[in-house]
Amino acid sequence: MSYQGKKNIPKITSDRLLIKGGRIVNDDQSFHADIYMEDGVIKQIGDNLIVPGGVKTIEANGKMVIPGGIDIHTHFQMPYRGTTTVDDFAQGSKAALAGGTTMIVDHVIPEPGCSLIEAYDQWRQWADEKACCDYSLHVDVTHWNDSVKQELESLIKEKGVNSFQVYMAYKDYYQMSNSELYEVFTFLAERGGIAQIHAENGEIIAKEQARMLQTGITGPEGHVLSRPEELEAEAVFRAVTIASQTYCPLYVTRVMSKSAADIISQARKKGSVVFGEPITASLGTDGTHYWSKNWAKAASFVTSPPLSPDPTTPDYLNTLLASGDLSVTGSAHCTFSVAQKAIGKDDFTQIPEGVNGVEERMALIWDKAVTTGKMDENMFVAVTSTNAAKILNLYPRKGRIAVGSDADLVIWDTDSVRTITAKTHNSAAEYNVFEGMELRGAPLVVICQGKIVLEDGNLHVTSGVGRFIPCSPYPDFAYKRIKARKQLAVLRAVPRGMYDGPVSEFSMSRGGTPSASARTSPTKQPVRNLHQSGFSLAGNPISPGPPAPEDLPIRPPGRRIVVPPGGRSNITSLS
Amino acid sequence: MSDCRRQWNREDELPVYLAGPISTGPNQRKSYGMFSSVEGAFDSKTIDFDNYAVGRKGNRTPRSSSRERVLDTSDPVGKTPGEVREGSRCSPSGDANDARSDVEVFTSENEGPNGKDGKLLIKGGRVVNDDRSFYADVYIEDGLIKQVGENLAVPGGVKVIEAKGRMIIPGGIDVNTCLMKPYLGTQPVDDFFQGTKAALAGGTTMIIDHVTPQPGDSLLEVFERWQEAADKKACCDYSLHVDIPQWNENVKDELELLVQDKGINSFQLYMAYKDVYQMSDAQLYEAFSFLKQLGAVVLVHAENGDLIAQEQRKILKMGITGPEGHPLSRPEELEAEAVFRAITLGNRVNCPVYITKVMSKSAADTITQARRKGSVVFGEPITASLATDGSHYWSKNWAKAAAYVTSPPLSPDPTTPDHLHTLLACGDLQVVGSAHCAYSTLQKAIGKDDFTLIPEGTNGVEERMGFVWDKAVAMGKMDENQFVAVTSTNAAKVFNLYPRKGRIAAGSDADIVIWDPDCVKTITAKLQQSAAEYNIFEGLECRGGPALVLSQGRIVYEGGKLQAQQGTGRFLPRKPFPDYAYQRVNCRNQVKSMQGVTRGIYDGPVYDVAPAPKYITPSPSAKTSPTSHQPPPIRNLHQSNFSLSGAQVDDNIPRRSGHRIVAPPGGRSNITSLG
Repeated sequence: MSYQGKKNIPKITSDRLLIKGGRIVNDDQSFHADIYMEDGVIKQIGDNLIVPGGVKTIEANGKMVIPGGIDIHTHFQMPYRGTTTVDDFAQGSKAALAGGTTMIVDHVIPEPGCSLIEAYDQWRQWADEKACCDYSLHVDVTHWNDSVKQELESLIKEKGVNSFQVYMAYKDYYQMSNSELYEVFTFLAERGGIAQIHAENGEIIAKEQARMLQTGITGPEGHVLSRPEELEAEAVFRAVTIASQTYCPLYVTRVMSKSAADIISQARKKGSVVFGEPITASLGTDGTHYWSKNWAKAASFVTSPPLSPDPTTPDYLNTLLASGDLSVTGSAHCTFSVAQKAIGKDDFTQIPEGVNGVEERMALIWDKAVTTGKMDENMFVAVTSTNAAKILNLYPRKGRIAVGSDADLVIWDTDSVRTITAKTHNSAAEYNVFEGMELRGAPLVVICQGKIVLEDGNLHVTSGVGRFIPCSPYPDFAYKRIKARKQLAVLRAVPRGMYDGPVSEFSMSRGGTPSASARTSPTKQPVRNLHQSGFSLAGNPISPGPPAPEDLPIRPPGRRIVVPPGGRSNITSLS
Repeated sequence: MSDCRRQWNREDELPVYLAGPISTGPNQRKSYGMFSSVEGAFDSKTIDFDNYAVGRKGNRTPRSSSRERVLDTSDPVGKTPGEVREGSRCSPSGDANDARSDVEVFTSENEGPNGKDGKLLIKGGRVVNDDRSFYADVYIEDGLIKQVGENLAVPGGVKVIEAKGRMIIPGGIDVNTCLMKPYLGTQPVDDFFQGTKAALAGGTTMIIDHVTPQPGDSLLEVFERWQEAADKKACCDYSLHVDIPQWNENVKDELELLVQDKGINSFQLYMAYKDVYQMSDAQLYEAFSFLKQLGAVVLVHAENGDLIAQEQRKILKMGITGPEGHPLSRPEELEAEAVFRAITLGNRVNCPVYITKVMSKSAADTITQARRKGSVVFGEPITASLATDGSHYWSKNWAKAAAYVTSPPLSPDPTTPDHLHTLLACGDLQVVGSAHCAYSTLQKAIGKDDFTLIPEGTNGVEERMGFVWDKAVAMGKMDENQFVAVTSTNAAKVFNLYPRKGRIAAGSDADIVIWDPDCVKTITAKLQQSAAEYNIFEGLECRGGPALVLSQGRIVYEGGKLQAQQGTGRFLPRKPFPDYAYQRVNCRNQVKSMQGVTRGIYDGPVYDVAPAPKYITPSPSAKTSPTSHQPPPIRNLHQSNFSLSGAQVDDNIPRRSGHRIVAPPGGRSNITSLG
C-alpha cells in the first residue's frame, strides 16, 4: 500500500507530525484516531500510537481531519492571445492551499495544430518551477489526426496523463465534429483514458452570437444569451450518446445548468459511465450578474458554459452532488484581470472566459451543502477529493486518510465564518465572483506533503515544491464496468444462406440513400470473400456496367420476381 | 353505462312522439357514455339548417322514417325545431338486436352505383370526430359533406347507405408515404396508383407523399415531376412534402416559390445520411430560421448520421453484412440524440419541429419530455413501429430480414409498439404515418452483401388504421375520438388541411370511412393491395377495418371490393402558418425579444492583443457574421469615446502580463456608471 515517491521529496524527509485527537473523515466513514506522518506519508493511524520523541504535535481537539481537497480543474498560467491568466502556478496553488485544496489538476491547452507533447512539457516546466502543491495534468485535444494519436499514446503510456478534454464548442477553433469525437472516444476507450468534454453546441452558439451582435447586444449579457443552457444540455446528451456507443467513460467538465445536470443524472440512471463536474461558480452563484450595469463586474462572470441565469441552479446542483449524480467538483479557476477582460469591451465574444474559485471551492460546498443538511461530511470528502482521486487513478494515495497515503490533510473548522472578498483573497484577480458571500466552514490547518502550510491563519508556502503526480490509465472507478460490458457486447452476424435470387439493376452514380458508407467503408472484407466467391460460382452474368462497383447481374429495373411471401425459394436457409 | 343503455332501449320501444320529450327533459343531465359528459353540451355547434326548414316532416317518405326507427335507435322525431340533438347517445351497436352485417346500400332503380350526381346519404351511423361522437345522418353532394344531422331534408332518389349504427369517421390521412422515392435508379414497386389503392383499402383517403430530390436537383422540377405522376395515377387526394437534400442559397428561392405558389407547407430535413442529405447543425439552424419565416412545418429525419457512418464502418469491418447490421449500426440512442438536438434547434429558432418516423421508446420519450417543457414538437410514429419490432432483422431468411430495413430501424425492443401506442393515446405523439416505401425483394437484394446498400422502406399504408385500432382502441388504451385524432384530424391540423379534411362536418370533403370495429383479418402479402412480395406484418391478426370507404364522395371500397379509379386524386395545396403549429410560436415571438443592458462606457485599461485571428477563442462569430467587426450603430458613440481615452492605454502598452490593476472590487473607478 505504500507509495514510493521518495526521489522527489528529499526536502521534507525530516518532517514528522502527529495529529492528536482528531476525527478522521473519509468518504466511507468517520472515526476518532491520531495520525502520525513521516516523510510526507501517513505512517500510522490509531489510538496511543508509538511515535519517536520530539515530534511536532497538533492538537485537533475533536475537529474533523479530512483528506486535502483535489481541485480537478484549473487553468493556471493559461496563455490567451499573447497574455496569460493572472494567477500563475505559484499564485494559484497558494490560493488552493489557503482554501484547503492540496492538489490541483491543470488543463494543458495546446494550440490547434501544435504538438501535444510540447505543450505538455511546457506546462510541466511552468508547474515544476512554481507549484506549491502536488499537481497533475489533463491534456486538451484541440485537433485530431494521426500524429495526435501517437502523441496521446505516449502521453498515456509515458507521461502520466489519463484524461483528455475535447471540445464541442468554439467552432472553427477547438470544436470537433461528431465523427472526430467518435474517433477520439474510441481511441481513448481502447487505451484506458478518460474522455473529458466541454459540452456546448458550438455550431448553434456561433449562429446565436452572430444574431446577438446583429441585434446590437454587445455587452456581457450577450454571452449568456447566445449560450442558453439548452445548448449545454444538448451537447451533454450528444456526448453521452457517443460515449455509450464507444464504451468510453465520459467526464463532463463544468456542469453549469440544471438541464445539463439532469441529462447526466438520467444517463447515469440508464447505466452510462458518466461523471459530472460542477464548478465552484455554478455551485455558488448564478448568471444574473451578467446584466450588471457595471461592465467589469458583468465581464468577470464570463465563462463557458455560462452561469445559468436561473437563481435556483446552485441549490439544485448541490443536491445532485449530494445524491451522487454529480461526482466531482472543480473550480475551473481561470482568472483574467479587468484589463484583460476589457479586450471584449465592444464585443462580448472577445471577452476572455474564466472565473475564480480554487480558494472558495471547499468552503462553498461545505456552506451550501453540508451546513444546509443536503450532504454529510463523508460525501463532502467524496466530492471534494476521493472521487477525483479515483477518476485520476490516484486513489488511495490521494483522497483518503489511510496508512501509506500522502500526508495531504486538512483540519476542517466547521464553525468559522468568513466573508469572501477580493481584498483578502489569494488570487491576483481584482474581482471575485463570490464577492460579499458569507461562508461557514474553513480549513484550520492545512498539511501538504507532510508539512504545515496553513496554521493560525498564516500561510507558509514554498514555490516549486509541488510534484507532478502521474496518473495511470484504466482507473477502476470508470473502467471496471466498461471492461465487463465490452466482454458482453460482442456483436455477431446471423449465419444465413447466401441470397442467390435476382438482384435489381441499380446505378451507384446517383447519390443513393446510404451510399455514404459505401464510399467511406472498405466494402471488401476478408470474411466476405467466401460469399463473393460463392456468388460468382452461381454463374450469374457478370455485370459489364461500369457504374456498378460490385459485380451484380443485370435485370430489367421494374421486373417483378414472383416468389411466395416467405421468399424461401430463393434463399438457402440454414435453419 | 349499461343502465343507461337499457334505458335507451326501452325508450326505443316507446312511440317516437314520446321518446323526444323524455330525452330532452331537464332531468337528463347525466353522462350517457364515454364521449359526452353532459347531454346537449355540444348542441347547436353544427347548425342543422334542416331543423329550421318548413315542412320538414312532410318531405319524409313513410318508408324511410320507418326504417330509421328500426336502425337508428335515437330517431328524434318529436323534437322541436332548433333542438339539434346530436351526441350523448350510447352505442346501440353494442346490443344484440342490432346485428352486424355488411353495410347495406339502398339505391333507387335508375341510379348508378354512386348515386345520381354524386349525391349520397349515410343514414343511421355514429359520426365520430376527434372531439365527440354523435348519431347523425350525413348527406353528401359533389364530393362535399352538405349536411350533418338528423332528419335531413334531402332530394328524392338519393342513394342511401345504411350505416346501422356503425362508426362514421373521417377518412384517414397518411402523412408519410414515399411512393416515388428513387433509390440507385430504381423506383418503389408501389407507385401512386398502387400505393393509393392500398391506402383506400385500408381506410386512408388522403396521403401526403415525400418529394425526394437528390442533392443538386432543382426542388421545383422534382416537385413538378411528382405532381405530374401523382395527378395521373393517384386514386385519392394527395399533397406533397418536399425534402431538402442540401442547403444553399438557390434552395431558398425555390422554397419561397414552393410555399407561396405551389401550396407546400412542409419540408423535410435530414440529420442522417452523411455526405448525401445530412445537414450540419449550422445548416439546420439556417434552414429552421428560413422555414419559420415562411411559416412552414419543419419535418426532421432524426438520426445522428456521423455516428451511423462510424458504426456502419465498424460493423462491416467485423464481418457483419446482413440486415442485422442495420439496427446494430443505428441504435436507438442515436435516434434519441438527434431528436433531442432537433428540438433544441427548434427551441432556439422558436420554430415548430415535426419528427418523422418515431421508431423507438427513447426517441418518443425525448419528445414527451420536450413537450412537457413547452416545446412545439410533433411526433409521428409509423405503422411499422406501432405494430412490429426489430427482432426480425435477425431472421435466418435474408429476404424477410431485409424487408424490415427502414431508417430509423425498428427497435429490437419488443415492448416498443405498446409504449408508442400509449403515448399516442395520451397525446404525446400526435399523428400516425406509414412511411410506406415498398421495394421488392429483388430491389432489396441490391444490398445482399452489404446492409448499407439495402433500400430502406417498409409497407404500412394499408394496415395503418387497422393496427392503431387493434393495438390501441381494441386494447382500451385509446378512445374512438382519439383514434380519429391521430389517424386524420391532427394530421389535417398540423398541415393546415383542417377542417376540409380530418372532420365530418358540413363543408368538409366527403372522405368518409364507415368503420367496422369487429372485422378481423389476418394480414398477408397474398391479399394486400401493395405490389411488394413481403408484408412485414405477415400473419398478424388485426381487428377493425373499413367496411366502406368514400373518397371525394364516391364509394371506392365496399365489402372488400375496391373500385378505385386511377387519376381521380387531386393535389391539395396547403397554406403556410398552420394555426396548430404556429399560433404558439407567433405569440412567443412577440414575447421573447432580447434586450441589451445600457451601461456606461468601459474606459479603463484594455490589454492590448495581437489581432491575429487564429488566437481568438470565440472566433466563429467573427468569421460568420459580418457585423462583429463593425459595431452596430448604437455603439458608434461609444467607439468615439473610446478612441479619445485610448491614448492612455497605448502609453501603458509594454505592461507585464501579470500586471495587477489596482481597483476596488466593485471596479467603480474605471467605469462610468449609468445605473
